[in-house]
Amino acid sequence: MTDTIVAISTALGVGAISIVRLSGKEAINIVNKIFKGKDLTKVNTHTINYGYIIDENEEIVDEVLVSVMKSPKTFTTEDIVEINCHGGIIATNKVLEICLNNGARLAEAGEFTKRAFLNGRIDLTESEAVMDIIESKSEESRKLAISQLKGNLYNLIESFRTKLLNLISSIAVNIDYPEYYDIEVITLEKLTKELKKLQLELKNLIKESENTKLLKTGIKTVIVGKPNVGKSSILNTLLHEDKAIVTDIAGTTRDIVEGEILLDGILLNIIDTAGIRSTQDIVEKLGVDKSLTLINDADLVIVVLNGHEKLSSEDKEILEKTKDKLRVIVVNKSDLDQNIELEELPTTILCNTTTKEGLSPLKEKIKELFNLEKIATKDYTYLSNTRQISLAKQAYKSLLSAVEATANKEHIDLIEIDLRECFDILGEIIGITYSDEVIDNLFKNFCVGK
Amino acid sequence: MEYEIIVVGGGHAGCEASLAAARKNHKTLLITSNLQNIADMPCNPSIGGPAKGIVVREIDALGGEMGKNADKSLLQAKMLNTKKGPAVQALRFQIDKITYPKEMLKTLTKEKNLTLKEAMVEKLLIKNNKIEGVELATGEKIYAQAVILTTGTYLRSVVLAGSTKKASGPHGEKESKYLSTHLKELGFKILRLKTGTPPRIAKETIDYSETLLEAGATEPLSFSFDNKIYYDVNKQIPCHLIYTTPQTHQIIKDHLKESSMYGGYVEGVGPRYCPSIEDKVVRFSDKERHQLFLEPESIFYDDIYIQGFSTSMPHNIQEEMVHSLPGLHKAKILKYAYAIEYDAIDSKQLKNTLETKIIENLYTAGQINGTSGYEEAAGQGLIAGINAALKLEKKEPLILKRNEAYIGVLIDDLVTKGVKDPYRLLTSRAEYRLLLRHDNADLRLREYGYKIGLISKEKYQEFTKKKQEINNLFNLLKTTKITPKKEINSYLEKINTTTIKDGISLYDLLKRPEVSINHLENFISLPYSKEVKQQVTINAKYEGYIKKASKEAEKMLTLEEKIIPATLNYQLVPNLASEARQKLSEIKPTTLGQASRISGVNPADISILMVYLRRLNKDE
Repeated sequence: MTDTIVAISTALGVGAISIVRLSGKEAINIVNKIFKGKDLTKVNTHTINYGYIIDENEEIVDEVLVSVMKSPKTFTTEDIVEINCHGGIIATNKVLEICLNNGARLAEAGEFTKRAFLNGRIDLTESEAVMDIIESKSEESRKLAISQLKGNLYNLIESFRTKLLNLISSIAVNIDYPEYYDIEVITLEKLTKELKKLQLELKNLIKESENTKLLKTGIKTVIVGKPNVGKSSILNTLLHEDKAIVTDIAGTTRDIVEGEILLDGILLNIIDTAGIRSTQDIVEKLGVDKSLTLINDADLVIVVLNGHEKLSSEDKEILEKTKDKLRVIVVNKSDLDQNIELEELPTTILCNTTTKEGLSPLKEKIKELFNLEKIATKDYTYLSNTRQISLAKQAYKSLLSAVEATANKEHIDLIEIDLRECFDILGEIIGITYSDEVIDNLFKNFCVGK
Repeated sequence: MEYEIIVVGGGHAGCEASLAAARKNHKTLLITSNLQNIADMPCNPSIGGPAKGIVVREIDALGGEMGKNADKSLLQAKMLNTKKGPAVQALRFQIDKITYPKEMLKTLTKEKNLTLKEAMVEKLLIKNNKIEGVELATGEKIYAQAVILTTGTYLRSVVLAGSTKKASGPHGEKESKYLSTHLKELGFKILRLKTGTPPRIAKETIDYSETLLEAGATEPLSFSFDNKIYYDVNKQIPCHLIYTTPQTHQIIKDHLKESSMYGGYVEGVGPRYCPSIEDKVVRFSDKERHQLFLEPESIFYDDIYIQGFSTSMPHNIQEEMVHSLPGLHKAKILKYAYAIEYDAIDSKQLKNTLETKIIENLYTAGQINGTSGYEEAAGQGLIAGINAALKLEKKEPLILKRNEAYIGVLIDDLVTKGVKDPYRLLTSRAEYRLLLRHDNADLRLREYGYKIGLISKEKYQEFTKKKQEINNLFNLLKTTKITPKKEINSYLEKINTTTIKDGISLYDLLKRPEVSINHLENFISLPYSKEVKQQVTINAKYEGYIKKASKEAEKMLTLEEKIIPATLNYQLVPNLASEARQKLSEIKPTTLGQASRISGVNPADISILMVYLRRLNKDE
């Protein structure tokens, strides 16, 4: 970490200004060499300086504002220079290139944050939030990242941990001071009640977090149905309705994102493959395995049925395979005679793509399924990356085994072991590992001693 | 006269340290200011309790004396937490304060390599940062290769009651005036700690009709694994329970400022777990009453100890307070309560062998290290004695890990975190307490005891036989299957457990909460001892939890195996947070595991350190 790194730190092609950022010992010197304006080595820290970036032939590349921030009060704690470029993608790329030619090294993804973290500038949750800002796609997820930076996530986890801590301490005091008759004995009944509350709370936190995560990465949506039930017309109508950008960029290695739909600020990634589209039939042509993988990977499955016909065996198979998934059942062709037996199906949405009837209930339904209204209006404090969510799930597992142990009438000290595990894992999310919190809390809240 | 090892202080730490050293065939001298005060119990008349009781078992498993001596001095025995899991069950004895020291003195006197001497040590003799011996108040110099300081609360101790403040050790004993100043000059950081003890009252002045009886256990119990002589359970001396009254609380509130603590006369930091009664009334003002136990101190005299009533009020207020208690309206106070302040060293200046980092071959154990409690002291004393001896023998030290013993947890906490208030062991301090049980202390530690040479061959053979039998019983139950025959299912029905449809091993049957090992005797004869059956039962019933704990412990051990060289210069490790750098330089952890337990050292610092060490190893 002795070299100076540089990167374009704004998303390319979005917005009028792009920022080229440098961090490291040589940051100021490098920019000073290519800057026409004040002598940047002599300006005060945290100042913005107007001037031009020039190339090796002293030709002006761009008109810029240069922010100079000197160590240690910077994001990475190193010297940082940010060049605000105004000339669009080509000029910005040129500025970057000149920086590289003058001794800076191209930063790896997230390297600024890594430096900030390694230099002790930010804690683990904060650094993850910064990573997420870099990666965030939609406005919603940017807000989420910003609120996490302020430590909301820390407070959220901490308040849950405090509740757990109080419960653990009450058990601990029962163990270490068994003869204190005035101290409330933690009975299994009381424990069951408390655990139920905690379980629900953590479960909701995880669920909402997962939904929130979808805000950033987009909701992987698969549309399934027999040939000619109107899958494509639903897709196309959705796309047109929301003026979404249709792209052909690869999402993950496996999925091809057919289209991205912004549904009131919520990103839907419609997953499809050319193969599936051309065969028009998932179940038959690709076999159950392949279609299952697609369905399993999806966050949302839209099952399309033809309202004009009775349920076929293929329809039934699709319904069976998707029954454990978050799904919306759309009965299309509601303009024709309805022969389908609706009472056999769970909640359905009637839809007629030719008249666009039924599309808004579909959108409402999707928003409802992901609790998106709530997320969108709330204060954005959720676990927002995979590491955090997977730790929270581990913690939930420990909590569950405590619940089970309680139901099996295990001894409270054994149940406490599970609770302690849950407590420690949650601590890991916010970077606390080893602590005497239980003991401190025990003596603070209980009157014990010889 | 020359010795190999000198132990300074004859309390619980000193007794264990000197016995261990002498039994390992080192010429040992125990110096105490008063031979009549050997193994004295200046506070509560009991040994054991949660966590502490398990320490006593561990001491016994390693070949120490406390458990055996407690067995000889019992007034009343109680198994605590019997309604909870096996990991937290612990033994506590009420102890006769006359018998315990008397028996310990007998044992010390009989030890052939051990000499006892009454004297006051004032200086340490040091050459090139290595201990050479001690200098007494008389000017006499005694030389030795290792010295163990177990000075308890005697360093610059001051006894307080109300505004009176007197330089003195516990109950009028001579304090050690100069040693702590000397230690400070040598570079030890000195802490000022405080503790206290409640009043003692005359037994015949108590009206027991206003108290509740606290009886002992109905089956005979012992601390020592070797003890086969049991006492008469019907002849135990009971304790009694009373509660403070609103009047008591009023007296305390009215006179709060007169107590040493609230009057501002105390500099030392008191233990959080051992608050004085005025602390309880102030800090927990919503509590209407606090419970107190009336505990006999001895069958040879009449003092009754009021457990829970320690105070630093002046004597006249103590009279009022005691008389406000049920059954004690006319009680005569025989000894007033007092607070005591004393010096301790910063335990972060110790290695995990209990040798000091500053002076080679100087060890410290017990309250001088900032702990409290007889058991914590004895445990450290034993380890210091063993390690001082092992070092002279040029052998590897005994360092118990956190998953091996409460003693390991205790010492790791001391050297890694240090103390702010007197340290007491609690079950909550042990992460792997399911492994650290009362019942399996011998299985955990006897092997060490034998290797070190504190367990005789004969006792060791008994132990290996027990281990073998546990194995045999395990295998027997795992391989013996019962099938759904009519008579078998009707027996299962009779003992209120579900009947079987397929064959099942007896071991799996034992896993059912309602099935005990005695039930299994219906199917097969089990000629095994109670202890052997208990081990197999606990392992069957708590297998899931035990496995989980073992797995967690293994995780810890992988960090524990990553050794940090003692010479590592943390200034050279790039990117460490400055707090971590400072703490690591101060404590000099020996492993990454220990480093990770230092407060202020974050996971990021551990990762950085890990990377640095890896690079260091590669370069070599």
